[in-house]
Amino acid sequence: MIRIHCPFCGPRDHSEFSYGGDGSITYPALDAPMEDWHDAVFLRENICGVQTETWQHTQGCRMWLSIDRDTMTHEIHKVRPCHPGVKTLLRTEQ
Amino acid sequence: MTRFSAWNVFWNGMTGQKGWDRQWRDATPKAHYDVVVIGGGLHGLATAYYLAKNHGIHNVAVLEKGWIGGGNAGRNTTIVRSNYAQPGNREFYEHSLKLWENLSHELNYNVMFSQRSHIALLHSPGAVDGAARNYNTMRRTGAPDAEIWGLPQLKATVPHLNYSADARFPIMGAAVQKRAGTARHDAVVWGYARAADQRGVDVIQNCEVTGITREAGRITTIQTSRGPIMAGKVALSVAGNTSRLWGMAGLGRLPIESHKLQAFVSEPLKPLLDQVVVFGMGGAHFYISQSDKGGMVFGGDLDWYKSYAQRGNLPIVQDVAEAAMSVLPCLGRVKLLRHWAGVVDMSMDGSHFLCKTPLDNLYLNAGWNYGGFKASPAAGWYLADLVANDRPDEKIRNFDLKRFERGLQIDERGAGPDPKLHG
Repeated sequence: MIRIHCPFCGPRDHSEFSYGGDGSITYPALDAPMEDWHDAVFLRENICGVQTETWQHTQGCRMWLSIDRDTMTHEIHKVRPCHPGVKTLLRTEQ
Repeated sequence: MTRFSAWNVFWNGMTGQKGWDRQWRDATPKAHYDVVVIGGGLHGLATAYYLAKNHGIHNVAVLEKGWIGGGNAGRNTTIVRSNYAQPGNREFYEHSLKLWENLSHELNYNVMFSQRSHIALLHSPGAVDGAARNYNTMRRTGAPDAEIWGLPQLKATVPHLNYSADARFPIMGAAVQKRAGTARHDAVVWGYARAADQRGVDVIQNCEVTGITREAGRITTIQTSRGPIMAGKVALSVAGNTSRLWGMAGLGRLPIESHKLQAFVSEPLKPLLDQVVVFGMGGAHFYISQSDKGGMVFGGDLDWYKSYAQRGNLPIVQDVAEAAMSVLPCLGRVKLLRHWAGVVDMSMDGSHFLCKTPLDNLYLNAGWNYGGFKASPAAGWYLADLVANDRPDEKIRNFDLKRFERGLQIDERGAGPDPKLHG
């Protein structure tokens, strides 16, 4: 079982999360050439080692997280919110 | 090499089993081969065998980093079927099933192919309609053994499924392919290794590829842990490691992600289930058969996240156990003997790649998702054909890396370009 340290909820089992996929992809502009879209949608680095990926805390705060995880050892190196989230927003508004 | 026959078995039984040879030579790599097949799994060995048998190319090496039968060849649930509906897949898997039907005789090795029926349970009117459409397509295109069963026939054939009206997913019927079944995975891999070896192929174990040397758009030398090997042509057949080898060859990204798939086997039981039974409904997925030794062999979904580790996770164990209980409650007190995980090439449309590559003498066999085992004979057959004749056969013409650029997705599940969903 992988433990993911959700920045909003604290450490949780990965079964609370759903996997979003390769987080390193930047999608091109809507009017970008077809080849750019083909590459973004279909081609993958498929890294054996540390890759950036997205997970959603579906059974918790439902926030999307960007996670650096080793695809060989399942070790998690870094977890950060894809979006600052309500907590951070509230803090900055004070 | 001793040929297996009833007489041989009898004679060796009488004389202390002393008359058997090695099944294949422990080959030492030569400096040069006409064809080097990277990957000594079922597909790689089948490719080498058909290269020698169908095309007369005998100077062939199969490089295996571990041992024969230690990778995905030993990490599957041994189901063989051809109940596919998409054009391309249909003909391909049907060809594979026909090869399976004669494989024991062809290889002179009992692969224990057992055509015990593949029964996919149906739980909603929509599922019945969908299955009827697919199975009618099969019947119209050369698979006359596809049938849709109602409840009475299903109950008579598989009596101990959960037919209760209170079941979470009450069973309405089943889609059945009668010629489908199971085979003994180890026997298949050993049989192909032995048959290929008999035809002069060098099966080289403990030989890891560490680098690939290129010259002007061609591969010249394969660097291995047992020294450099020059190759006329190179066939890549390394499920789970395709992207890494692809990188070694200096090529870019592939439409593939490596995911892992778990499978399970229980303690041996008396005969309980004489078919392959498959349950899939919403997020739940479960397939089960009983091995000839009595163990219940079963599996479920992928682990849902990308991984190269050959070990599974607990949430899937729970998912599979829950699905098992909903379909076959009689398994509730059966002990799990072991479980394991294999790394699979999940492609972006759930179908495979059998094609030429940007390099002149490199040929690719990858992206089998869930379905590599049943495809072994045909994958070997068509990859050998591709390597020997340098052009794709009509049956594999669309299984190329450029199909997405052409707007073609061979997506049996209709799940879209998300590898983890192609179960």
